[in-house]
Amino acid sequence: MSNALLENATPSQSTPVPAWFRDQQRAAAERYESLPAPSRQDESWRFANLQAFDVQDYAPARPIASETAADLAAQSIGIAGAEPKLVFANDQLLARPRPAQLPAGVVFAPLAEALQTHPELVQQYALREGATLGSRKFAALHQSSLRNGTFLYVPKGVQVEVPLQSFHWLAGAGQAIFPHTLLIAEEGSSVTLVDWFEAGDDSKALACGIHDLWVGKNANVRHVAVQEWSREVTSIHSNTTRVQSGGSVVHLGLHLGGKFSRTESASFLEGAGARSEMLALTIADGAQEFDQRTLQNHLAPGTASDLLYKNALYDTAKTIFAGLIRVAPEAHHTDAYQKVRNLVLSDLAEANSMPGLEILADQVRCTHGATTGEIHPEELFYMQARGIAKKDAFRLITFGFLNEVLSRFPCDAIREPLQNRLLERLRGH
Amino acid sequence: MSTEVISQLEIDRTRGDFHYPEAHTFDAGIGLNHATIDYIADVKGEPDWIREFRHRALDVFLSKPMPTHWASQDLENIIFDKIRYYLSNAQRPTRSWDEVPEDVKRTFERLGIPEQERKFLAGVEAQFDSEAVYSNIKKALGDQGVIFVGSTEGLKEHPEIFRKWFGKVIPTGDNKFSALNSAVFSGGSFIYVPPGVKVKHPLQAYFRINAENFGQFERTLIIADEGSEVMYMEGCTAPKFETATLHSAVVELVALKGAKIQYVTVQNWSANVFNLVTKRAVAHEEAEVKWIDCNIGSRLTMKYPGVVLKGRKARGEVLSIALANNGQHQDTGAKMIHAADETTSNIISKSISIGKGRATYRGLVHIPKHLKGCKNNTECDALLINSSSRTDTYPAITVRGSGNSVQHEASVSQVSAEQIFYMQQRGLTEAQAMSLSVNGFVNDLVREFPMEYSVELKRLIDLEMEGSVG
Repeated sequence: MSNALLENATPSQSTPVPAWFRDQQRAAAERYESLPAPSRQDESWRFANLQAFDVQDYAPARPIASETAADLAAQSIGIAGAEPKLVFANDQLLARPRPAQLPAGVVFAPLAEALQTHPELVQQYALREGATLGSRKFAALHQSSLRNGTFLYVPKGVQVEVPLQSFHWLAGAGQAIFPHTLLIAEEGSSVTLVDWFEAGDDSKALACGIHDLWVGKNANVRHVAVQEWSREVTSIHSNTTRVQSGGSVVHLGLHLGGKFSRTESASFLEGAGARSEMLALTIADGAQEFDQRTLQNHLAPGTASDLLYKNALYDTAKTIFAGLIRVAPEAHHTDAYQKVRNLVLSDLAEANSMPGLEILADQVRCTHGATTGEIHPEELFYMQARGIAKKDAFRLITFGFLNEVLSRFPCDAIREPLQNRLLERLRGH
Repeated sequence: MSTEVISQLEIDRTRGDFHYPEAHTFDAGIGLNHATIDYIADVKGEPDWIREFRHRALDVFLSKPMPTHWASQDLENIIFDKIRYYLSNAQRPTRSWDEVPEDVKRTFERLGIPEQERKFLAGVEAQFDSEAVYSNIKKALGDQGVIFVGSTEGLKEHPEIFRKWFGKVIPTGDNKFSALNSAVFSGGSFIYVPPGVKVKHPLQAYFRINAENFGQFERTLIIADEGSEVMYMEGCTAPKFETATLHSAVVELVALKGAKIQYVTVQNWSANVFNLVTKRAVAHEEAEVKWIDCNIGSRLTMKYPGVVLKGRKARGEVLSIALANNGQHQDTGAKMIHAADETTSNIISKSISIGKGRATYRGLVHIPKHLKGCKNNTECDALLINSSSRTDTYPAITVRGSGNSVQHEASVSQVSAEQIFYMQQRGLTEAQAMSLSVNGFVNDLVREFPMEYSVELKRLIDLEMEGSVG
């Protein structure tokens, strides 16, 4: 890989960046240069399309034109009424509507601003370690090129009732963005954040994002990532969640767009009784490829994790699911579950599943399951016998299949708009 | 089954742990190079095509890296330069136990092989280090055209069948260890069952390593012609030496149209043996191949029996039990390659990890494009006995196209304290209770086994469980 991505990686910023942050970025740039590109020998890239993640053709994104900016800001609705919002396009802050008053102490701000107002929090939590699921080189690229992102801090005991949203738009040919989300929920707090990854046009572009969630003792966090990149976008998203004792997190991913999309999602259950629910649904059609890697890492006793990933495949699409439940020697009384289900709706689609377990403790209950199948002819017949056209029946059954993932998400206000998004995406099929 | 019979069948750890002084007439020396290959080919009096095959295989072996990017780092501890690759006294096995050299005969008598042959086997082959010392089948079977000889003999006496299938199911370059075997193979069985012949009683091979610093590389080729049936059983033991011993076999099965092959392994190598085996079958139309694979011994076993389902309605099955005790890593699994419509496969794997033992399941299920009506079912259950025990599961499933159904399930659990308490209340010791629990865990799978083997296996599990609690 060339270093074109790095040479232009430090454009003028409206606000100066602390020296320690800049130093870390320089170190990351060196790491990016020295780390080898993923190869066939890497188990964490098994079945993956390695050519797709050769990113040398891209350069850090330039700001978008002001007329487009206004347009994109207007389109940044997501969940109606869920405000405040942060809207970024090509890693620049576009808009920041904040009619609702957040509880005292809550910080919901662009990362560049948080570096000025809360440098100690950013330093303590941001980019603490590289990717664990194979994309170390891309994590280094992200850190070296990071310009802005979403910063959310909820102090001890504070409950944020209204869901917060941030939008990350990508537009322009050959542009690369590095969306970042840092969410810190202190002890006993509660918050919901929805991240939207949206295409401003149909250009060939790159997104390399990192989302870090810090869930404190007995805190309660819900995070949704909706990926709707254009059909020419290559993306790598790495999501790392750390949960302290008694904390609980639900992470939901909707993987709908992009050309080559890799998502890495890791939960570290670090305190006794911590709990993580990992949900994702993917609709893959055309020649789309989705590469999903997950880790449920149980590091303390009495922790629980529950993963459900569902993929619907059309045309010549390809999906990879590689999941690992890891139970550390001291993590007795772990309860871990992992399930991937593939619905193959075309003769040319390909679903790869690698559900893995590594258990080093006893007194555990760990189960995983992987299924791949088609729509049952009897289900189709049942619906056709009731006057539903075959095409509609296919779509309804597929919707029902995927909707099981959404129905597990514990927030009604968010579930319904997402269901609409899903129906919209299935319309052509 | 009476206790008398059970005691006759047992092949436990202590029973295999003895050896007699070596006195080999043929010894290829220590280390491996092209001269070693020539020595083996000369001693065996092999035709040129085999000699060339071996030389080519050695080059492949040397060029391939160790698969440590996914496999255990323990592989690095195999020192190929310190191993002896060929040891024997003669290249032709006898047909009668009376002609087997006294010390070798004593070995197999202590293991109870001649007795078993008289009792229930249709044929027996016994391999001692590199070559078969004894091989015999019941006369009636020989008259029907069934061939059951060592691979050395098969190559010489039946080249027309041997050459047609040899190396076709598992090519030399399949992996580093199949290449090693292809370079230095010796011994193993060659079986041919003519069309329509159903061999009622099992054929058994017994593999024994007696020498230290030695590698055993048997090569087995079984061809079941159209509509035939055969069951093959193999057992393995070795004395416990201080240094590592290598066992790297290649086993190829061909089940032609409508044929059935059952291949049963009870592997009880001593805990210094690296057991790195490649086993694969091709199942033609409506054929059925069943691997029954029990791994109890060895230091590190890496073995993933596979079936290539080549003909319509072919069926493949792997039933696997692994027991990993202190210092052992059982890295086992299965591969199912669907290559025709309406093929079905079933994998059931149960593993038990005791003490610091580690059991790993690795699986591959592959269904390519444009196939219809393929089904796979995979179940992996792991039982952990102690807090230091470890288990892993790494399956890989690829399905291309609709119209197929694949399901994989795995679970990990432990013997519940309530169960043990319940049994102790009724007068069982903790060890007995644990043993009973573990046998219960594998019972539904063991029931699928030929009876002689289920009995042996239960006994082995009882022995392994001794002293594992408390």
